[in-house]
Amino acid sequence: MALLDLKGVSLGFAGNRVLQDVSFAVDAGAIASLIGPNGAGKTSLFNSITGFYKPQRGSIVFDGVETRRMKPHQVTRAGIARTFQNVRLFREMSVLENVMSGQHCRSRAGAIGAVLHLPAQQREEAHIHDVAAGCLRFVGIDPAEWERDATTLAYGHQRRVEIARALATEPKLLLLDEPAAGLTKGEKAELVTLIARIRDERGVAVLLIEHDTGLVMSISERVSVLDHGVMIAEGTPREIQANPRVIEAYLGSEDAEAALAL
Amino acid sequence: MTLTTILLQQLVNGLVLGSFYALVALGYTMVFGVVKLLNFAHGDLYMVGAFIGLLALSLVAGAVGTSWVGVGLAILLSMLAVGFFGVFIERIAYAPMLKAPRLSILITALAVSLVLQNGVLSLTGGQVMPFSPKLGFAGINLGDIFINYKQIALAGAAAVLMLALELFVSRTQYGRAMRAVSVDKDMSELMGIDVNRIIAVTFFVGTALAAAAGTMAGAYYGSIWYFMGFLIGLKAFTAAVIGGIGSIPGAMLGGLVLGLLESFGTQIPGIGSAWKDVFSFSVLILVLVFKPTGLLGKSEQERM
Repeated sequence: MALLDLKGVSLGFAGNRVLQDVSFAVDAGAIASLIGPNGAGKTSLFNSITGFYKPQRGSIVFDGVETRRMKPHQVTRAGIARTFQNVRLFREMSVLENVMSGQHCRSRAGAIGAVLHLPAQQREEAHIHDVAAGCLRFVGIDPAEWERDATTLAYGHQRRVEIARALATEPKLLLLDEPAAGLTKGEKAELVTLIARIRDERGVAVLLIEHDTGLVMSISERVSVLDHGVMIAEGTPREIQANPRVIEAYLGSEDAEAALAL
Repeated sequence: MTLTTILLQQLVNGLVLGSFYALVALGYTMVFGVVKLLNFAHGDLYMVGAFIGLLALSLVAGAVGTSWVGVGLAILLSMLAVGFFGVFIERIAYAPMLKAPRLSILITALAVSLVLQNGVLSLTGGQVMPFSPKLGFAGINLGDIFINYKQIALAGAAAVLMLALELFVSRTQYGRAMRAVSVDKDMSELMGIDVNRIIAVTFFVGTALAAAAGTMAGAYYGSIWYFMGFLIGLKAFTAAVIGGIGSIPGAMLGGLVLGLLESFGTQIPGIGSAWKDVFSFSVLILVLVFKPTGLLGKSEQERM
C-alpha cells in the first residue's frame, strides 16, 4: 500500500483552479519527484499535503489515515515534514534550537511540567537535545556552528539545517521544496548523497520538487509531472524523458532549458 | 539627610517600583511577541489579580494566618486562578479575532479592559478595599538608609519569578516553541507546533505574572480598587517599549529603568512627585522618537 495516496484532489482560490483532480501516490521508502513548469501548482500540492491549504475535493490518505481536514501540526505529528523553497529558519534562535523545535510534536511533558521544571521534563529535554544533535551530525553540520544564530550560517548550511529540523520531527515522509536551488555544483552532489542516505539509513521516503532535471532524473525512482494544476504524466525517469506531453509542457515555458535537458 | 542617603533611598524605592513594572511589562511583551497584540486589558488583569489575591488571603487566613506564608500562598493561588482566567479571555475574546485585521483585536482588547474594570466596579461598588496582611514594618538599616522586609521580599519574589520565566523560555521545549511562534507562526505550525496551545500557554504565564504583581502591590500598599490597573498598565506598556517590545530581557530592563527614572526624577528640583507620571510618559515619547525599537529590541524588517 502506498504511504501517501492522493485521489481526485482539487484546490481553488476565488475561482482560480490551482489543482484539478490530482491523483498521485508515494510508496514507503521511495524517492520520488514532482516536476513541472513554474506556476504548475507544485508548491500548492505540497501545501495541500501538509494541511496548510484545504483542498475542496478529493482525499489525501497518509499512512492509512485521512489527513485532508487535519491542521498542519497534526499532519506533522502524523509523520510528514517539509522544507521550503526559500529557507525559513527561525531568526534569533541558534542552529541547535531550530532543530530542537522540530521535536516539539514528539514531546510529551505538559506545559505545567515545563513551568515547574520537573525531573521528567529535564530528562525529556536531554532526549530532545540528543535527537537534535543526531540530526545535525547526520546532515553534516559541525558542532562548532550549533550555537550560532541560525540565520547567520552560509546559505548551503542553512539548507542543511532546515533538513535537520524536518528530520527532527521524526517523519515517515520528507517533502523537499527545491532543495538544490541556489546551491553550488559541489553542494548539489552532496545533496544527492544526503537524500539517498535519508532514505537508506533512516527509512524516510522523500518527495522533492526540483527544477534541476538532471538531479531529478539521477535520484528519483518515480517522477510525476504537473502542468496547470493537472497531473499529465507519471513514471520512471526514463519514461518521463520519452513522454512527448512532458516535453510539450516545458517548451515555450520559462523552463525551456529544462526541456532541453530532458 | 545627606544627598547620598537620599539617592540611595531612591535607588531602593526605584528598584522596588521597577520590579512591579517589570513583572507587568513581561506579560505585555510576551503576548505582543507571540500574538502581536497590545493587550490593553493586561493592567486590568493585574487589578483582578489583586482582588483574587485578597480573596485567597481571606480563604487561607484561618489555616496559615495573614503573615508571610499566607501572602505567599495568596500570590500562588491568585497566579493560578487568574492565569486560567487569562486563557479563558483569550479563548472567548481574542482567539476568534486572530485572523481579523490588527485593529479589530486592538479594539477587542480595549473592550475587555472596560468589561473587567466595570465588572469589578459593580462587584465592589467602587470601594477602596483594605488589603492588610500582617507583614509588620520591620526592616534593616544599612547605614542611613532603611529597607523594610516587605521591599526585600517583593524585589526578591519578582527576581525569582523573572529568573523562572527566563529559564522557561530559554531552556524548555515550550519556551522554544513560544519563540518559534513569535518568529514565524505558519512555519511553526508546519514544524508540528500546536500554535493555539502555545498562545494559551503564553496568556497563562503572562497573566499569572500580572496577578502576582497585583497581589504583591495590594499587600505592599495596603489597599486595592477597581481602577488600580489603569495607570500601571500604561506604565508597563512604557517599560515594555523602553526595553523593546517583544523582548523578554527588554521588559525586565525597561521596568527597572522606568522605576529608577521615576524615583530619581522626583528628586530633580522643580519636578515634584506630582509630576512623576508626566516624567515617565515623556521618557516614553523620547524613546519612541529616538529609538523606536527600544533598548534591546531588534528592528524588524518586513520581508516579502
